[in-house]
Amino acid sequence: MAAFLARFLRNRSAALGLVLLAGVLLLALFAPVLFPADPFSLAGKPMSPPSPDFLFGTDTLGRDVAAAIAHGAVTSLMIGFVASLAAVLFGTVLGALAGYFGGKVDDLLMRITEIFQTIPSFVFAILLVAILSPSIQSVVIAIAVVSWPPVARLVRGEFLSMKSREFVQAARTLGMSDGRIIFQQILPNCLSPIIVAGSLMVATAILIESGLAFLGLGDPNVMSWGFMIGAGRSVLRSAWWVCTFPGIAILLTVLAINLVGEGLNDALNPRLRERAA
Amino acid sequence: MKRLRYILRRIVQAIPVVLAIVVMNFLLLQLAEGDAVDVLAGEAGSATPEYIAQLRERFGLDQPVHVQLVRYVTNILSLDLGYSFRQEMQVSELILMRLGPTLLLMITTLVIAVGFGALLGILAARGLNTWRDNLISVFALVSYATPLFWIGLMFVVVFSIKLDLLPASGMESIGAFYEGWDRVLDIAVHLILPATTLSLFYLAAYTRLMRASILEQAGMDYVTTARAKGLTERAITYRHILRNALLPVVTVAGVQMGGLLGGSVIVESVFGWPGLGLLAYDALFSRDLNLLLGIFFVSACLVVAVNLFVDILYTFLDPRIEVG
Amino acid sequence: MNATSKSRSPVLEIRDLQVSLPTGGDRLFAIDGVSLDLHEDEILCIVGESGSGKSMMARAIMGLLPGPMVFASNGEVRFEGNNLLAASPAHMRDIRGSRIAMIFQEPMTALNPLMTIGQQIDEVLRIHTKLDRAARRQRVLAILADVHLPDPETILSAFPHQLSGGQRQRAMIAMALILEPRVIIADEPTTALDVTTQAQILQLIKEIQRKHKTGVIFITHDFSVVAEIADRVAVMQGGGLVELGKAADILNRPQQPYTKALIAAVPSLRPRAPSVSGRREEVLQAVGLSKTFSSGGGLFGGRKREVKAVQDVNLTLRRGETIGIVGESGSGKSTLARLIIRLIQADKGEVLLHGTDFLKLNSRQVRSERKRIQMVFQDPFASLNPRYKVGHIIAEGMLLRGTPKIEACRRVNELLDLVGLDRKSADRFPHEFSGGQRQRIGVARALALDPEILIADEAVSALDVSVQAQVLRLLADIRDRLNLSMLFITHDLCVAAQVCDHIMVMRRGEVVESGATAEVFAAPKHDYTKALFKSIPGRSWIAAKDSVL
Repeated sequence: MAAFLARFLRNRSAALGLVLLAGVLLLALFAPVLFPADPFSLAGKPMSPPSPDFLFGTDTLGRDVAAAIAHGAVTSLMIGFVASLAAVLFGTVLGALAGYFGGKVDDLLMRITEIFQTIPSFVFAILLVAILSPSIQSVVIAIAVVSWPPVARLVRGEFLSMKSREFVQAARTLGMSDGRIIFQQILPNCLSPIIVAGSLMVATAILIESGLAFLGLGDPNVMSWGFMIGAGRSVLRSAWWVCTFPGIAILLTVLAINLVGEGLNDALNPRLRERAA
Repeated sequence: MKRLRYILRRIVQAIPVVLAIVVMNFLLLQLAEGDAVDVLAGEAGSATPEYIAQLRERFGLDQPVHVQLVRYVTNILSLDLGYSFRQEMQVSELILMRLGPTLLLMITTLVIAVGFGALLGILAARGLNTWRDNLISVFALVSYATPLFWIGLMFVVVFSIKLDLLPASGMESIGAFYEGWDRVLDIAVHLILPATTLSLFYLAAYTRLMRASILEQAGMDYVTTARAKGLTERAITYRHILRNALLPVVTVAGVQMGGLLGGSVIVESVFGWPGLGLLAYDALFSRDLNLLLGIFFVSACLVVAVNLFVDILYTFLDPRIEVG
Repeated sequence: MNATSKSRSPVLEIRDLQVSLPTGGDRLFAIDGVSLDLHEDEILCIVGESGSGKSMMARAIMGLLPGPMVFASNGEVRFEGNNLLAASPAHMRDIRGSRIAMIFQEPMTALNPLMTIGQQIDEVLRIHTKLDRAARRQRVLAILADVHLPDPETILSAFPHQLSGGQRQRAMIAMALILEPRVIIADEPTTALDVTTQAQILQLIKEIQRKHKTGVIFITHDFSVVAEIADRVAVMQGGGLVELGKAADILNRPQQPYTKALIAAVPSLRPRAPSVSGRREEVLQAVGLSKTFSSGGGLFGGRKREVKAVQDVNLTLRRGETIGIVGESGSGKSTLARLIIRLIQADKGEVLLHGTDFLKLNSRQVRSERKRIQMVFQDPFASLNPRYKVGHIIAEGMLLRGTPKIEACRRVNELLDLVGLDRKSADRFPHEFSGGQRQRIGVARALALDPEILIADEAVSALDVSVQAQVLRLLADIRDRLNLSMLFITHDLCVAAQVCDHIMVMRRGEVVESGATAEVFAAPKHDYTKALFKSIPGRSWIAAKDSVL
């Protein structure tokens, strides 16, 4: 574990990502303390530019952009994490079953996965949220539903190659049950790629969430970065700050998560890194 | 001849996928509140009671679900996607009108993204760990993390509002009525910002993929063979590694077509580009679910078609694919 | 053998060659102070086990070391008056492919999958000559005919995946040969091939070498290949040169203890004396086992392909007896083993264990009956789960069956003693062990359930020859002590001779010959079996060695 951490932190960009991510997490954690007021409430004069009072200015309705960013961090991280977790769990189970059992099970499950991968995912997410009516739950569901196929394919591939590995065959000759082989023998050996894919997926999920919110499909009761940008686009000419700062927040958060994900990848697969170096 | 049979087989294989998408559409319709006709006509608000009655009969809403499903599938497969009351037009007609601009945007984006992505990937991999590689990698990393709609708006602020260089919205200058090459030029100028915005994310993705793919191929045995023949490093990269490294990029480009269409909803709505994406955006706001479902179906079919095309392209790129 | 080679001046002189490895590894140098000469018109075999530095020699001469961390840090490689280690990259490129060429171990990966054979050979001519298109084509066709590839016109436009392994290696040889280089370096060129194909390729290399008077450096791990092909031999160990001399001297009168040990470890062709006397109890009987694999097909899948992997195989295994199943790749020998142990479901046939059909049991019964048949696998690196400690890996089968932990621990210690490993091994992870040690762990795991039958699937083929001999001895010893019955799957007749009472020779899913090992070795009946025997490299040397012992 210590060796893993050392290897991870030796990678400068991964360390930078971790620092950035920690910053966003702290911001989200302390949002209620730093900005105790409802982020939707009127805080000052509408469309006032950045000033000591309002670090990032106010929007058309006089809402504090800084407060919105802090509260939006909670939304983005939460939705990104929960949706990715759901997608990873579902994709892993499906991929594991398809890869391990093969044959007809594999055919069926992979056809389904293929169809879900063919469907334009963002359009599908829009439809789902539009039909389920915008709320945190429906956004999470929509993101999870469009995100699982790559995980299923990844896990299937891993299981397919692991299944023919001799230690798995040895476990079968010892009389081990399929369930134990899947969970005790194969899964622990596939965890690294799943963790990496999952962490990178959080970044994509945050991008999808902000896109949905930008189109007005976010939960109307929850502050979100995408919503701020969507609300500010009509005043782009007169109040650039309303759009600019939430966008930077998204950019930095997604960047941080990608950096951490790639750092994990390098640290968990040391052989790959040596070859690339 | 063998290849023709292969193509035919792939088309046949695509049919169940299209069918599954239709069924998915039907299920989504079931998922919506109220019965299908409420969704189809009621929300539009302007449907006549006669039409509603007619719709109910046509969908057979008094019939069991599987009968409804069969009717729905037959309707869609005969390209009857219903009527949009908001737009007062057949959905299929509306979509057909908007398909052209979207395809123009898609193809331009794809060419930019794959072309420049591959180029940057090669440049980065050839100068591994030099400033050039680092610069390209940082650019790719940042582009990969940037939300489309935000960078689109920022482009508008910089290039349209501040510098006044490029038009911020639309596909053609309103009221200019250009013809011939003037019109082409006008559209091209309008295309610059949306296509750049949409391609940025994919450009980053292909750059990273190409770089990784080249590095992977560079470690293969056949590269050592090429070196043992006395080839220069340059010849090895361009004659041996490049074609092998391009294969995964082509695969991913096909897979990401769906993502590209999703991105077009955002980009078209930001730049007012009159394509399917903008139509979807409008449909979303007028709660025209039937139109939205129609767009969804057509864009899914578009992806199926692109995947088919990529599969066929692949048989030319990779001799190991069996066409027989 | 070529006795006159000594009098000629060398084409390639290697002096004090030293190749540095990255700091922090377990060795500083891959090659340390090796001096060698290669003469015109001779085959010099560099032989050694894994880690001896023999492959690094090839790379160092060609200037293809995987720099910048691995590089030639000292010495000279003199060729045509130049020191290649100091030559400019452009000069080296001129030499590579035209004056010194190379043949690799794995022709599938060594060829570019997206280019035709013709294009890849033509490339050599395009870089090094000014011939026009038509002339180049003629040259390529001629060289393809020279390496005895059938129908050169077709081969010219074929892609690597459309050829067989032997054909691919012929194409590689054609590519190396086309400019008639003075030196060809062949790095384990037959290791990835079946024995009959190996015999043909060795024959071809010898033939072209004699015809063109080329100097060939032939790198191998296999002394029987050395006996087949070498004029002179250099034995390497741990990056150093152990012994150098004429093939006949080294093979028949080795001076150094290391060389002696390596030669002693080469399996003999003399079958072991049958251990089973009289008719013993039958423990396993396979009746009419068949398996066909099909790919493609289905509703939209296009053409369906079928491979008859195993066809109607019968065998009877008695207590304490070992049956060897011998065949080349694709013969179905490993599939047969997996059918018997039910890792693959048979299409037809029965596997009777004490009269009950193992293949008809339901999944719960199978799991409990599996303890009777256990398996030792081929790949010592893939056969142990890297996430678990060795103690857990060995004990797993017992714990599954509810053996108390303390009891299992005691048993693990016993088993470690039995297979000759330190008891402390139980607390370590698989990656801390060498290949041979891991194979011992695999044996311990298989024995943990007290099986009656042990299936060894190519259990020694991934090991160095000296380790191979040790593991073979261990298996034979354990079989005799525990009175086990064994199915021994191998591609190597000599290995089979060491441990098997009976031999079954398989080809394309069918048993072509079976009988007592001594009888099959004395008088093989089937043509294929005869071909297998004829293909054994260095068999006259092995036979001579056997008669001395």
